[in-house]
Amino acid sequence: MSLRMALAVLACSLAFTGVAQAGPVLDAVKKRDAVRCGVSSGVAGFSALGSDGQWRGLDVAVCRAVAAAVLGDAQKVEFTPLSSQQRFAALQAGQIDILSRNTTWTLSRDAGLNVHFAAITYYDGQGILMHKRFGVKSGKELKGAEICVQSGTTNEKNLTTYLGTQGIKAKAIVYDNFEAAYKAFFSGRCQAFSTDVSALIGLKSSQSGKPDDYVVLPEIFSKEPLGPAVLRGDDEFFAVVKWVVFAMIEAEELGVGQGNINKALQSNNPAVQRLLGGAENLGKPLGLPRNWVENVLKQVGNYGEVFEANLGKQSPLKLERGLNALWTEGGLMYAPPLR
Amino acid sequence: MNFEFITDPAGFGLSEGWLHIAFDSPYWQILLAGLLNTLKVALPALLFATLLGLFIGLGQLATHPLLKALCKGYVNLFRNVPLLLQLLAIYFAITQFLPIASQALSFGDTVFLSKSGLAVPSFSEIPTRGRFAIEGGWVLSPEYLAVLLALVVYTAAFVAEVVRAGIQAVKPGMRQGALALGLNNRQLNRHVVLPLALRVMVPSLSNQYLNLLKNASLGVAVGYPELVSVANTAINQSGKAVECVLIILFTYALLSAVAAGLMNMLNTRVNRGAL
Repeated sequence: MSLRMALAVLACSLAFTGVAQAGPVLDAVKKRDAVRCGVSSGVAGFSALGSDGQWRGLDVAVCRAVAAAVLGDAQKVEFTPLSSQQRFAALQAGQIDILSRNTTWTLSRDAGLNVHFAAITYYDGQGILMHKRFGVKSGKELKGAEICVQSGTTNEKNLTTYLGTQGIKAKAIVYDNFEAAYKAFFSGRCQAFSTDVSALIGLKSSQSGKPDDYVVLPEIFSKEPLGPAVLRGDDEFFAVVKWVVFAMIEAEELGVGQGNINKALQSNNPAVQRLLGGAENLGKPLGLPRNWVENVLKQVGNYGEVFEANLGKQSPLKLERGLNALWTEGGLMYAPPLR
Repeated sequence: MNFEFITDPAGFGLSEGWLHIAFDSPYWQILLAGLLNTLKVALPALLFATLLGLFIGLGQLATHPLLKALCKGYVNLFRNVPLLLQLLAIYFAITQFLPIASQALSFGDTVFLSKSGLAVPSFSEIPTRGRFAIEGGWVLSPEYLAVLLALVVYTAAFVAEVVRAGIQAVKPGMRQGALALGLNNRQLNRHVVLPLALRVMVPSLSNQYLNLLKNASLGVAVGYPELVSVANTAINQSGKAVECVLIILFTYALLSAVAAGLMNMLNTRVNRGAL
């Protein structure tokens, strides 16, 4: 075989592998018939085990949506609760397929830890929770305070940076797991506790016993875009996770969700038709079945529905949409077009 | 494998330590501060565990039945409960039952005891009540106190057994011989029992000291920023898991080698009868 012929064969094989050839992770998911998902061991609204043995939360819903899209069944997920220190190691070692564990997207994690963040599912920011007895109105008054924080998180880094740049001489008390950190705070070991505001509000309502005695200070001193991450090396699986999240956002924008999916399947709206696989097969380039979005919406719901059920009005947290509203409603949730 | 990261800024601080750690201190400095924190808790623990262990060990040999029973009870209790459990129990006791910092128990307004730890006067200043916590003075954090206390009471139980066994290993014939030569009780202990007992005790004591040094790494469970805890955070920030674990491994190997070397020197001296 001449060199030219060999090159031609190589070029042909490359051309054919371009479409719908699944990568190693996606193949393994299909073969195993389950998505392995790394979650937190209990952050209200994001991932927490219910009394009925079911995992619930925004991070959990992302994994369920991927399972619904790839395998057609949102229940085919194996959850692994991970500490913040184990999470990237678990992903790198291939113990999990998706890390969906209120994890902040940063450059050093993305490029430095050999992972891809697929999308942003929650725009968060870091704040400080305090007992009202101190009468503190602003973070600038924290001189001399002891602040509990979890180690190995961007929270710890942000807190030291914030205190350093503001010249506030407060002391960070560092715990290696989240539960120990907030328990130490509620027991009175620290006068303040710092983590993402969504989690602070969750703790305030679920762990403090007396939510009205606690206050979240007005300063938000970091950007915490949270989202699912996958290991580098499987572009196809990366694309699937990314577009599953986008599809949930797009569906909310189009007003299609769990509540009206059967009606929407009959819709004449070309954008809805396209999304649900009527007019165009958007599943093919992703290596997914034609009705993947239908499965996601039927079994999990659109982004707005998932948000309201886990974090918003229908949940104990009662969080506002804020930055997490659709771009059409003044928020940052914006999906590239699904076409 | 790439150790270049140790000169990068770590971006996290420590809640306590002798080295001043700023938010732009490099990794090697913060790891060193962690090592110093390990020694800061291990060395006093070593001293107190030996003293307490000696006392309990002698108590086990006492003729007074109550003292004997108490000392035996102590050994059985603390030797048989896992160290981690003791550590957590002490830590929870401190952080649950002591008052919060702004209502700290005070002893003459110079020493304060609260959930934020034990504050004592330093050379330059006396601690005072601040708005949030106790300010100034020398503060021993509850994490430090818990690790220190747990290491002391746990290791003392083993040291007590080593002491008891060492003294009982001196054959009755030796004592009787010494008494027959006209030595009084003090001379008997100083010149006959102690040198012989030490020969038996020193090798087992070395093991206990090495264990104590390594057990200090349990500080990570209660948030005491010793070497393992700091390295854990460093792994998370830098993603250099293998490198950081190697650093811990190498450091502990070195520490243990130094401690073992010192104890071997002591052992040689004891065996020559030079003590």
